Amino acid sequence: MILARPKTVSSILALVGGMKSLVVAGCQECVTVCQSGGRKEVSCVAQLLEIAGKKRGFPFEIAQVTVFRQCDNEYLVPLDVLMEKADACISLGCGVGVQFIAERYPTVMVIPGVDTVGGGGTVMSGVWEERCAMCGECILAETTGICPVTRCAKGLLNGPCGGSVDGRCEAGTDLPCAWEMIYHRLKKQGRLDSLTRIRPPKNWAHSGSGVMRKVIREEVMPCLSVLPLK
Amino acid sequence: MSFEPKILAFCCHHCAYGAADLSGVLRLQYPVNIQIIRVPCSGRVSGEHVLDAFVKGADGVCVAGCLKGNCHYQSGNLRAGKRVEILKNRLADIGIEPERLHMFYVSASMGALFARFMAELVETIRDLGPAFSGQEREGGEQLDSRTS
Repeated sequence: MILARPKTVSSILALVGGMKSLVVAGCQECVTVCQSGGRKEVSCVAQLLEIAGKKRGFPFEIAQVTVFRQCDNEYLVPLDVLMEKADACISLGCGVGVQFIAERYPTVMVIPGVDTVGGGGTVMSGVWEERCAMCGECILAETTGICPVTRCAKGLLNGPCGGSVDGRCEAGTDLPCAWEMIYHRLKKQGRLDSLTRIRPPKNWAHSGSGVMRKVIREEVMPCLSVLPLK
Repeated sequence: MSFEPKILAFCCHHCAYGAADLSGVLRLQYPVNIQIIRVPCSGRVSGEHVLDAFVKGADGVCVAGCLKGNCHYQSGNLRAGKRVEILKNRLADIGIEPERLHMFYVSASMGALFARFMAELVETIRDLGPAFSGQEREGGEQLDSRTS
């Protein structure tokens, strides 16, 4: 899932200063699981904005909505009526959701209510860890399901670097050395010899550092010939 | 006319609510500004409930749970305590005094302590003044109708 971290309400307030009508929009997918943008968080942010508005003597009119998924246009329909009279929308969805809302309602200012962190999962209640850097070329088969791009502080493809002490990374004592973990798992699987093979540099053109990436699969695209004529 | 704060207290059924009851049995008085809502456990009180109280016109809110280690649901009071700390930070972030929100830990036998806590809380909120000034306090009537 996509991990996100709530922004402070004061940072949102700084952007909606002179506005009157606001929509706070949540998403029932990833941000609900990492408890930063689901129905409850929408309610809390809306209430905090309402309290702040009353405090300064200029109350907001706030509508709350939590859609099934902000990153699919068809699920944004419930926002249509609310956005007609809205001065701004605070989206608690990830960066994708914010952009989809902004595309659908180009005349309304859309403000992200969370900081999108990356791809990760729940380690324990209240702790979420990044596991995928979305680099576009997966090498997890070679590294026993432990991603060195994400979990090695240096992102080494040929590790370990030699800087770890007692299985801990030199970059931070609470950070386990990804390559030591890979070594132990390879040992369990009887594949230690794979460590002797030098991995060539990855093709970083597939990573997110360049232009916007796009996935196109023609077999699931609509067949234009059977679409009703307008 | 002096300011009389409206304070909402979420009291755990197993301890704080019993303590409030005991303080009544003992004929101890605490200010009438406190309006109590009984909850099955202080851990049941979420951020939404606390913030809703402020939205509806409360000048202060307190969450009262069992003594640490005595929660009937193991850790509900500790969770409530953490939640209150986070809410205090979020209230401070938007310019609301965090002292308006309090977490108390009491047992059902601490009637006198409960009455003292409540009297102190009322004084604290009275010193702070109204949470909202003028017409923005109109929501206070909603709080009255909900809790009366």
